[in-house]
Amino acid sequence: MKYIDEFNDPDLARRLLDEISATVTRPWALMEVCGGQTHSIIRHGIDQLLPEKVELIHGPGCPVCVTPLECIDKALDIAARPDVIFCSFGDMLRVPGTDRDLFRVKGEGGDVRVVYSPLDALKLARQHPDRQVVFFAIGFETTAPANAMAVHQARRLGLTNFSLLVSHVRVPPAVEAIMTAPTCRVQGFLAAGHVCSVMGMSEYPELAERHRVPIVVTGFEPLDILEGIRRAVRQLERGEHWVENAYARAVREDGNPAAIRMIEDVFEVTDRNWRGIGRIPASGWRLREAYRAYDAEHRFDVSGIRTEEPAECRAGEVLQGLIKPTDCAAFGTLCTPRTPLGATMVSSEGACAAYYLYRRMSEPALPREEMNPVG
Amino acid sequence: MADLAVEATATAADPANWTCPAPLRDQPVVVMGHGGGGALSAELIEQVFAPAYGNALLAGMTDSAVLHLGGARLAFSTDSYVVRPLFFPGGCLGDLAVNGTVNDLAMSGARPAYLSAAFVLEEGVELTVVERIARAMGAAAETAGVTIATGDTKVVESGHGDGVYVTTAGVGLVPDGVDIRPQRARPGDAVIVSGPIGLHGVAIMSVREGLEFGIEIASDTAPLAGLVVDMLAVTRDIHVLRDPTRGGLGASLNEIARASGTGVRLRERAVPVPDEVANACGFLGLDPLYVANEGRLVAFVPREEAEAVLAAMRAHPQGAGATLIGECVEEHPGMVVVATGLGGTRVVDLPLGEQLPRIC
Repeated sequence: MKYIDEFNDPDLARRLLDEISATVTRPWALMEVCGGQTHSIIRHGIDQLLPEKVELIHGPGCPVCVTPLECIDKALDIAARPDVIFCSFGDMLRVPGTDRDLFRVKGEGGDVRVVYSPLDALKLARQHPDRQVVFFAIGFETTAPANAMAVHQARRLGLTNFSLLVSHVRVPPAVEAIMTAPTCRVQGFLAAGHVCSVMGMSEYPELAERHRVPIVVTGFEPLDILEGIRRAVRQLERGEHWVENAYARAVREDGNPAAIRMIEDVFEVTDRNWRGIGRIPASGWRLREAYRAYDAEHRFDVSGIRTEEPAECRAGEVLQGLIKPTDCAAFGTLCTPRTPLGATMVSSEGACAAYYLYRRMSEPALPREEMNPVG
Repeated sequence: MADLAVEATATAADPANWTCPAPLRDQPVVVMGHGGGGALSAELIEQVFAPAYGNALLAGMTDSAVLHLGGARLAFSTDSYVVRPLFFPGGCLGDLAVNGTVNDLAMSGARPAYLSAAFVLEEGVELTVVERIARAMGAAAETAGVTIATGDTKVVESGHGDGVYVTTAGVGLVPDGVDIRPQRARPGDAVIVSGPIGLHGVAIMSVREGLEFGIEIASDTAPLAGLVVDMLAVTRDIHVLRDPTRGGLGASLNEIARASGTGVRLRERAVPVPDEVANACGFLGLDPLYVANEGRLVAFVPREEAEAVLAAMRAHPQGAGATLIGECVEEHPGMVVVATGLGGTRVVDLPLGEQLPRIC
């Protein structure tokens, strides 16, 4: 595929790997922030190809994984109501709440639909004026503009049967939380390229300076990731710590100003719980007072639902990079995508699921001659 | 954020106290994943159907059963077709209903001969729709060289069905000396796919209500019995054939690896994924290895026969894109492992149920 295949070229990958190997003199621990990057790293086996001194720690950037249990339980409660059409991104349907998931609600008669965009949910609201249409608005800064746009349009169209169940999260406070945890091992970050394509890079220099960590804005294809690693390692070896853009084809310094304005018009910053991690100050968005009418939590009065996070799963440690998924005794035995102990095993972007899907069998990478296609 | 670490330490303390927040294993109701061709489908068969019918024929878990009847070996198969929308680029429900059962028979090496067709129609469906589907079935049967010999029709009240459901069953004769089943995969076998993968699943997704996206791609629905005849003309010793429908190539290879107790190793770059399929899957966050096909087969053949079988396949219209994608190995028995384009490896697991579009 044009503009994709070019970033998956094995010869260029080898050159970047050679350059990383030639640069590194000491062990370094880098965190890729985004679940999409984790997925790509494991899917392509990038971590197997890096020099031993470069360790990748998988960050908390999977929005499905970090959506708090209480919010899932509220979604399940709303989705089960007979007058509701509940719309969600596909991979939320399998995330377990306290006693069931959205698939189960759908199997029991709930009208749960997979959509690709909140604007599809808005279209359903116009088509079904007699039903309440609720969109499960999760995600990082990447999905927030479209969700804000949906609310904006609902108000413009005078729709009274559309609302969002909001569980939006923000990346910079999570980076801050990771860096200030006493057990933190992270020495450099690969920042999430898509998040920065929306928000720009202005939130990061202060973090890089205060915590003295390199932050490299990084894309998602194999060469993007290797280039991000190369630049982060180069900074670390030189004793530097600044914000570098290795994803310039998508990320501008000031991001997407129109999208930022839309977010700021509709949402305001709030504290939020992250599943497996805990409460992080100023790490989320909620609907502003002016848009309260579009807040599903108010419309359906689910404020009585209070769920404590189960205290049994090590997902919190995985999300902070303290352990690898395979270090957990339950990995692949008690805890599988089928019977997830924690949300990191649920989404295909979750670190545990990525390891389960792609890396249960530990074996060395293949010799290079086996890389050539045959037949 | 000092509490971050404190909390994490506390949660890690005692594995004995761990409980699963969602014991999804015992689903009390049918969920969509039970029809997805993955692990949930397999459990439904193993836990509900197989114990209820219990016999040796079912234990093979093949696409069609091979029966000894009156001195002949008869392949017998049935399948229900519930696609939405009923008409899609490259075909319709009728094409699938014929080709799907023809292909299930062909995957045991049989020459399909006769089909049945049972319709469940929803009150209110336009007769022209039923007629178009029936005509498509007639045309597909003629192309595949089979006769639709018997049928049935039922009508359910409006709202109790999804327009038109069709169930077909089929029989065909298995030639002497042919023994094709998943248990026969052997280390050293060459793994061949008959053409580009993922076309049917992506064609359906591109026109599904609420998910339409602009792409010109047609389903690959086609009968494969003729291709199998040409392959068997090269050697009767083809070990395994499978048409990777629901669950895609990934599910089929896992089923073969598990049934035979061998490992399957693929070269990612050799697997033929058309650009349109790669684009759509990239956009939706899906893996082409798990996307459905309706006119492809995967074959396990002895290594020494691989080149000749490939040549015969490429000479047939349904096998023009045939490609060697990997081999059967002694390592990692029961597992499918892909050598990635960059030189790493990853496991391709049996999908749980339906693939879910990812958020980002």
